Amino acid sequence: MIGLLLGTLRTATPLLFAALGGMFSERGGVVNIALEGILLVGAFAAAAAAYYSGSPWLGVAAAVVAGVGLAALHALVSLRFRVDQIVSGVALNMLALGATEFLMWIFFGSGSNSPRLGSPGLPATAGRLLVELPPLTLLALLAVPASSWLLFRSRFGLRLRAVGEHPEAADSLGLPVHRLQFYGVLLSGALAGAGGAFLSLNAHYFVKNMSAGRGFIALAALIFGKWRPGGILGATLLFGFAESLQGHLDLPWLPVRFMQLLPYLLTMVALVGVIGRCRGPAAVGRLFVKD
Amino acid sequence: MRVELEALSRSFPGVRAVQDVSLAYEPGRLYALVGENGAGKSTLMHLLYGMLPPDAGRILVDGRPVRLAGSQDAIRLGIGMVHQHFMLVDTLTVAENVVLGAEPGRWGRLDRGAARAAVRRDAERFGLAVDPDAPLESLSVGEAQRVEILKVLYRGASFLIFDEPTGVLTPQEARGLFAILRRLRDEGKTVVLISHKLDEVLSVAEIIDVMRRGRHVGRLAREEAGAERLARMMVGREVLLRVDKPPAAAGPPVLEARGLGVRRRPGQAELADVSFILRRGEILGVAGVEGNGQRELAALVTGLLRPEAGELRLDGRPLRGLTPRRARDLGIRHVPEDRQRTGLVLDMSLRENLILGEEGSPAAGQAGVILPGRVAALARRRVAEYDVRVADTRQSARALSGGNQQKLVLARELDGDPRLLVACHPTRGVDVGAIEYIHRTLLAKRTRGLAVLLFSSELSELLALSDRIGVLYRGRLTAVLDADVVDEETLGLYITGARGVADA
Ligand SMILES: Nc1ncnc2c1ncn2[C@@H]1O[C@H](COP(=O)(O)OP(=O)(O)O)[C@@H](O)[C@H]1O
Ligand SMILES: [Mg+2]
Repeated sequence: MIGLLLGTLRTATPLLFAALGGMFSERGGVVNIALEGILLVGAFAAAAAAYYSGSPWLGVAAAVVAGVGLAALHALVSLRFRVDQIVSGVALNMLALGATEFLMWIFFGSGSNSPRLGSPGLPATAGRLLVELPPLTLLALLAVPASSWLLFRSRFGLRLRAVGEHPEAADSLGLPVHRLQFYGVLLSGALAGAGGAFLSLNAHYFVKNMSAGRGFIALAALIFGKWRPGGILGATLLFGFAESLQGHLDLPWLPVRFMQLLPYLLTMVALVGVIGRCRGPAAVGRLFVKD
Repeated sequence: MRVELEALSRSFPGVRAVQDVSLAYEPGRLYALVGENGAGKSTLMHLLYGMLPPDAGRILVDGRPVRLAGSQDAIRLGIGMVHQHFMLVDTLTVAENVVLGAEPGRWGRLDRGAARAAVRRDAERFGLAVDPDAPLESLSVGEAQRVEILKVLYRGASFLIFDEPTGVLTPQEARGLFAILRRLRDEGKTVVLISHKLDEVLSVAEIIDVMRRGRHVGRLAREEAGAERLARMMVGREVLLRVDKPPAAAGPPVLEARGLGVRRRPGQAELADVSFILRRGEILGVAGVEGNGQRELAALVTGLLRPEAGELRLDGRPLRGLTPRRARDLGIRHVPEDRQRTGLVLDMSLRENLILGEEGSPAAGQAGVILPGRVAALARRRVAEYDVRVADTRQSARALSGGNQQKLVLARELDGDPRLLVACHPTRGVDVGAIEYIHRTLLAKRTRGLAVLLFSSELSELLALSDRIGVLYRGRLTAVLDADVVDEETLGLYITGARGVADA
């Protein structure tokens, strides 16, 4: 039981980071399907930095920086150069895949995986559950109320929401629409980058294409969670639960392959269930152009 | 504060929207700015509000020239603007909308208590009752407008611009607004009311400026202005302010609605138990505040939406499973409310636009092949007949003015003597000349037996053209009135639900 709970929390961690990130981007009106690539780049940066410095926490910092970098590229291409946000996201995902594969040879001399890495830890005095629970998971859980405050109780959050709903209205009040959207996208890069760090550091290895579609599941969780931190937490826990069932549920008549499909099936079902019944930010995906 | 505009000019590609306009505004007065659609009123005020940079000229506040890099600069100087299209965020509350961009609170925190208090304070002072915590989407149009005014006041504006604020209001709401404008003026603020409705301008403004084709053509004190004189200055020639409606000669029923209904859905209003009869040679107007089911009713009759209850009959035969294509084949035509998005394909030529929906007919081609010669001949005839002012029918529809675009839609929809026309806001945003033309055309077709279902938010237009006027309120047809015996004031009571079924 405790095992299943811990498993759920662990598998949910990268999804939670990425989905909260996606929330800030989309609340500002920018679709960020580059989350997938950001997770991957974050995972790689964390592995490289942790391997060469010997400090997993430096790895986390590197992942955040790399995530922000890739997100900045997305914001620049889609806001400044007016490339469609989906096209930019797809391109960055491909870039992330190619670049990490290439850099693996340079940094680790291998095309498949990195050497073994250490995970970030807390002092052993922190108590048993806290030791069992990876610190990044704790951080992800803390990010939920923090995001909620930022989005609903802060000046920045109000402005970001206004920009994602009705950029013309925000502009008419003199708010810098694109700059606010830029910040929203950068925030998504920082959060998803941290999610990437969890992927590689917690597995003790960086493996080629290790994000494996989690960025997209995070986007589904964002919709299923109705663009709210609390809802996103619930959605990612559900997806995390579905994925960690694999190791805990042993039904002889159910093929293992099917169990692996479960999170993806659940994603589809969840989306079919909510789509049409809830509405995202009104201006999401639409570039604001001032004339 | 004293504001002067000096020789302001501003062009857009192909249009000189504002040309060499100089004006001065004194504090504590109520001004109006009138002009036809496209005269440049909004553009001029956008220059003053910092939303657009001028190409030439300058703006002086209290004698000092100012540079406005954006609306935040204008706001800082105390200039505020209530826009023609509301600039409100539906998912935020009233208080959030009001303080957005100038939020109270320290360390990045949003102080909701202070926001609420600020809204209450201004609301009380200026008689603008709204609940600060109400989500914006729950408000009526009149309330939403009060939020726009509160936004401007919250920023400490002493110069307030209202861009066509009454376009969306009922006559009663408009009167409430005018009371607010006077109150603002009494507090020493400068108020500029942009409008093209002469009667309302004459009833509130003290000083009236007239624009025509980008130029300022005169300033009149209310006492010396009259509707006729203003209209002449706006248009540059004599205009008929009323149309002559020949007596009705309604024939047998063309369209019959029996208990029509559709359910409420996101983006769709409810319609319940709507029954009426529309006869040959008759114009049935439909009045209502936007969102009370007009759009749905028009969609039902044109086959864009299927009824979930009740039925429609055309010439006594039930219209089951009506599609837009079949509706066309049956002689039902449609002038949609948004000519640019639904009525035309702007980047296609006039010719192509004129055969849309008839691509398969012998008038356009044969055996699935479009014959350019036939299309050109058809287009030339229609363009001439419907007074579309254009040199070459190969031009794209985008290049036309609003009035000519609308005549293009009419040419396609009315040619060939259809049975029934569903006309949605046929004169919205077109110039006076085109309005006159469209009104005359509709009445002429009526005389020839066309049945028209006319939707309009301009009560004066409904009264001028319709034989009878149905009122939609919350999806129900609450009254069908004889157009000769009602006036705008009474219609205003009906469309807000103050009168209707309940007291009948
Ligand atoms: N952003 C814009 N881009 C191009 N043309 C514009 C723009 N805004 C206004 N115009 C044109 O400038 C002219 C004046 O428009 P506007 O100021 O909106 O008139 P009014 O408010 O008097 O109806 C019109 O011909 C209009 O088409
Ligand atoms: Mg205007």
